[in-house]
Amino acid sequence: MVFDWLTLVIFFPLVGVLIMLFIPSKNHDTLKGVSLIIAFITMLISFGIYYMFDTLGNGMQFEINETWIVSLGINYHLGIDGISLLLIVLTTILTVLCILSSWNSVTVNVKGYYISMLFLSTGMIGVFCALDLFLFYVFWEVMLIPMYFIIGVWGGPRKIYAAIKFVLFTMFGSLLMLVALLYLYFEYARFSGEYTFDLFKIMDMPIAYQPQLLIFGAFALAFAIKVPLFPFHTWLPDAHVQAPTAGSVILAGVLLKMGTYGFVRICLPLFPEATLAYLPYISILAVIAIIYGALVSMVQKDVKSLVAFSSVSHMGFVMLGMFALNMEGLEGSVIQMINHGISTGALFLIVGMIYERRHTRLIEDFGGIARVMPTFSAFFMIVVLSSIGLPFTNGFVGEFLILLGTFKTNVTLAVLATSGVVLAACYMLWMYQRVIFGKVTNPENENLKDLTPREKLILVPLVLLIFWIGIYPKPFLERIEPAVKQILVHIDNARLADNGSETIIEKTVAGETETVDVAFGEKEEIK
Amino acid sequence: MFDYIFLVPLIPLAGFIFNGLMIGRVPRPLISFIGCLTVGLSFLLSVLLFFNLKNLPPEARFIEQVLFSWIPAGSFQVDIAFLLDPLSAVMILVVSGVGFLIHVYSVGYMHHDPGYGRYFCFLNLFTFSMLTLVLANNFLLMFVGWEGVGLCSYLLIGFWFEKKSASDAGKKAFIVNRIGDFGFLLGMFLIFWQVGSLHFATVMKTAPTVFVAGGGLITAACILLFVGATGKSAQIPLYVWLPDAMEGPTPVSALIHAATMVTAGVYMIARTNALYVMAPDALLVVAIVGAVTAFFAATIGLAQNDIKRVLAYSTVSQLGYMFLACGVAAFSAGIFHLMTHAFFKALLFLGAGSVIHAMSAEQDMRKMGGLKKYLPITYPTMLIATLAIAGIPGLSGFFSKDEILWKSFSSMNGHLVLWVIGFVTAGLTAFYMFRLIYLTFHGKERMDEKTRHHLHESPRTMTVPLIFLAIFSVIGGWVGMPHIFGVANYFEHWLEPVMAHGGGEVEGPMLAAGGGDTGTEVLLMVVSVVLVLVAIFAARYYYLKNTQAATSLREKLSGVHKLLLNKYYVDEIYGAVIVRPVVYGSIFLWKVVDVVIIDGFANGMATIIRDISELLKNIQTGQVRRYATLFVVGVLILIAYFTFG
Repeated sequence: MVFDWLTLVIFFPLVGVLIMLFIPSKNHDTLKGVSLIIAFITMLISFGIYYMFDTLGNGMQFEINETWIVSLGINYHLGIDGISLLLIVLTTILTVLCILSSWNSVTVNVKGYYISMLFLSTGMIGVFCALDLFLFYVFWEVMLIPMYFIIGVWGGPRKIYAAIKFVLFTMFGSLLMLVALLYLYFEYARFSGEYTFDLFKIMDMPIAYQPQLLIFGAFALAFAIKVPLFPFHTWLPDAHVQAPTAGSVILAGVLLKMGTYGFVRICLPLFPEATLAYLPYISILAVIAIIYGALVSMVQKDVKSLVAFSSVSHMGFVMLGMFALNMEGLEGSVIQMINHGISTGALFLIVGMIYERRHTRLIEDFGGIARVMPTFSAFFMIVVLSSIGLPFTNGFVGEFLILLGTFKTNVTLAVLATSGVVLAACYMLWMYQRVIFGKVTNPENENLKDLTPREKLILVPLVLLIFWIGIYPKPFLERIEPAVKQILVHIDNARLADNGSETIIEKTVAGETETVDVAFGEKEEIK
Repeated sequence: MFDYIFLVPLIPLAGFIFNGLMIGRVPRPLISFIGCLTVGLSFLLSVLLFFNLKNLPPEARFIEQVLFSWIPAGSFQVDIAFLLDPLSAVMILVVSGVGFLIHVYSVGYMHHDPGYGRYFCFLNLFTFSMLTLVLANNFLLMFVGWEGVGLCSYLLIGFWFEKKSASDAGKKAFIVNRIGDFGFLLGMFLIFWQVGSLHFATVMKTAPTVFVAGGGLITAACILLFVGATGKSAQIPLYVWLPDAMEGPTPVSALIHAATMVTAGVYMIARTNALYVMAPDALLVVAIVGAVTAFFAATIGLAQNDIKRVLAYSTVSQLGYMFLACGVAAFSAGIFHLMTHAFFKALLFLGAGSVIHAMSAEQDMRKMGGLKKYLPITYPTMLIATLAIAGIPGLSGFFSKDEILWKSFSSMNGHLVLWVIGFVTAGLTAFYMFRLIYLTFHGKERMDEKTRHHLHESPRTMTVPLIFLAIFSVIGGWVGMPHIFGVANYFEHWLEPVMAHGGGEVEGPMLAAGGGDTGTEVLLMVVSVVLVLVAIFAARYYYLKNTQAATSLREKLSGVHKLLLNKYYVDEIYGAVIVRPVVYGSIFLWKVVDVVIIDGFANGMATIIRDISELLKNIQTGQVRRYATLFVVGVLILIAYFTFG
């Protein structure tokens, strides 16, 4: 029997939780140490998985499928493809950095905080591994609880309002998702006589057009709130501004990806016809998000809410690329999910570092930081450039592929979205100028200390990733590519069916090479 | 030898990395040594590569070096790969050569600056980016260099970041360039969408089969790319950042904002000439924008008092000439002027830097005068550069400018109007440049006593580069003499393999008749030389002999003068028409659309639900009497319903 790496990486953080339960709440250093070590080992495990992952492999890898609740047909079905792989690695890296970043800033209820962080990481990794829709839903909801506490307990002045808003928005979506899940469950039973939540089994079931539209809508709403797609984004600035630094990092870095991941993993392959039907509307909302997020971001007074609105804009790019529904767009979209986690995560960390020193995030309170904190300013510059999408940073690879993919399908939208690239430079550089350049006008900024070794340790890996993905994205792209191809097969089938051409397409079987007969009569090898 | 092409950009990158990591930890001599050495090595390598390339037969002068696959995604494939051909060989020579001299100059100029290490870091990063830009074998890698130089420009314009005007100027440069990049990106998308590749050679080769010559798509692609060029190369309507860019240290102005980066747009059009010759309408746009910019910027240059601003507008104007050349499909003439301009304009800026150095950082020409005797090296070298830019026969600028003027008239894409604009601009150029020389170096000494006391010639690290550049400003044009001088135009000949695909330069119908061409060419040349001489004497009259006349002329034309002095109020117009509406519109989106409407809706829903719950709460009082009453009422209603309903 193959060793179950996925279960290990999902539940390893809980080992830490277990250990910490037995450590007295007063031993802050021990608690921090344990959580850091556990998170670090989890990260190493995920690296191991990355290393063992077969780049050329088709379909799901590290798959495991055990019965869990027999009577309901619920299985403990895990497995990853390139998309989930990269998101898992991102999650484990960010968790370590978040724990490091909270080292001095979290002083109350330390035990609860680190337990929440580890719990959260289990939930997040679980979502990326689950291939059983029920299991997916469980992990999805599991994440919500620790995040609620992180915002609500360790947050800023309006933390309660923000935490409740966060939970209500998410719950609203996930309840619809639950209804849709149950529909699929019963529909599948009617179709084949078997009760199951298994993603791949349900994928094989043809769903009539009308119900498909509704079910897609329910899932899409749940995911769109999470992304967040305009106009469902208003919980985000509140949550971000009120959350502690680590909360913001995880929120932006990973939780938002749940939405886009949900689209890729569930909506696109399960409801290809509905995807095509909703495509124009979602693409338009994505473009609105890009421009709207950028414009609103430009006039923010608080650095953190500026970054939050910039997330709306960046996630708009992710959605736009995804719904280009071609290789370039979808690959760009996936790599942009990772990029956004890195860049925006880094931005929140940086904002947190200056907040710890000054206890303010208002842009107008700063100015002239470059002279007092040169190293900080240099890191900040690199991250800003990556967020703007300068070539040879990660952001460029994603945005370029997304825009290129979109251009092939819809020139108008691509042109509008490209203007987001200009706007990004406006809001980021304007903010950077006001915070970093100029003379020190506020005497409180005069004696700020530059980055500590711990802080450098947090930022250096992110900066390395920024350049790695920017200069040599091939290892990432080649892992994404087979996964993206699989998803596009479903879409292409729907397109062909829509065109009414006589095409026989076999359902994709993991690990096998199959031939897809394209409408034009060419044979295309799909690996 | 050709295996080392990649080292040309990479050596300066190594310098950047070293100086960047060692910032504040190594002594200044080491910083400057590394900074200059890396660029110097790049230059030596470029020279070697050039001669190796020259030894090949012309049709074989096309060397590609693929390092690795950069972005593979589906059908989209782009490599990190370099291309050495006659065009890029010229460019790397100019970039690394002039770049090296400016690095050396900077050692003296930046000597006292606390940001010394940071400065050399950025300068090396710039050299890397610029070399990448010109060596790239595909659009996307070119775009990397394109954005890289933009970044360095941003960082170096705002080098003295404590000055608000400097950081403003840097930001403006970046954002205006981004607007241009918007066009560049869309151009790339369009090309990839149609051709399926961004590899230069593939695109140029397949374009004729994919695009309809003169069709909408190819015209759109070329115009979009040109939008990128107007940003980077400061042409109307995106030229506004360049004059402000003078906030940066003067060697930066010389390197980035005169000699190399700003010419990237011209290079790009020359590189993609095969596309442009298929789109005559796009070429016409390029020619018109170039000619109009040349004229327009020259008029502004007439009225500026800041020595660097005069040079900045002069750069915008000269870049206009280069685009004019490209626009009439005389691409090699454009590149030729790019090269000579790199020499004399870098020299002018460095000379201005030397003047500013001597003048204790004063840049206003009204406070200068009579510096000739204090600056025995700066003066003659700057005079040479001025003669070159004015187009005095024998100097580099003469040959390149003359060729552009001739082509703008004689080429099939040329027109008499284009020539007239170029011709008048040549006169204006000579006038404002000699105005600069007379105001700065001749006449009364108008500076205060303290400054006068400090006047001194710059150290040798600064003057030696001036001398070298002066030599090139003289002889740099000799490689491209017009054929009427009875010698071959080596430069045009050298670039022929690059320009050949698309048909290269098309000789106009006027020449087809034969015979009359040489006569016309000589006539036009003589006319323009006469105009230049007249302009020089006019400048001498107004700014040296009879300064009273200049004052009275200025008063007579005070309206025009004010308009020119304020640069036609273009910045103010952009501010009112674009910047402010965007900012206020965004505030509206935030305060009204986001907070009141969208979030108001969400919170409103919450409030409604809470209010309903509050109402329903009243029923759940816990009092049995109330429940009994409700129960009875309910029963009565039901009975009524079934009885009468």
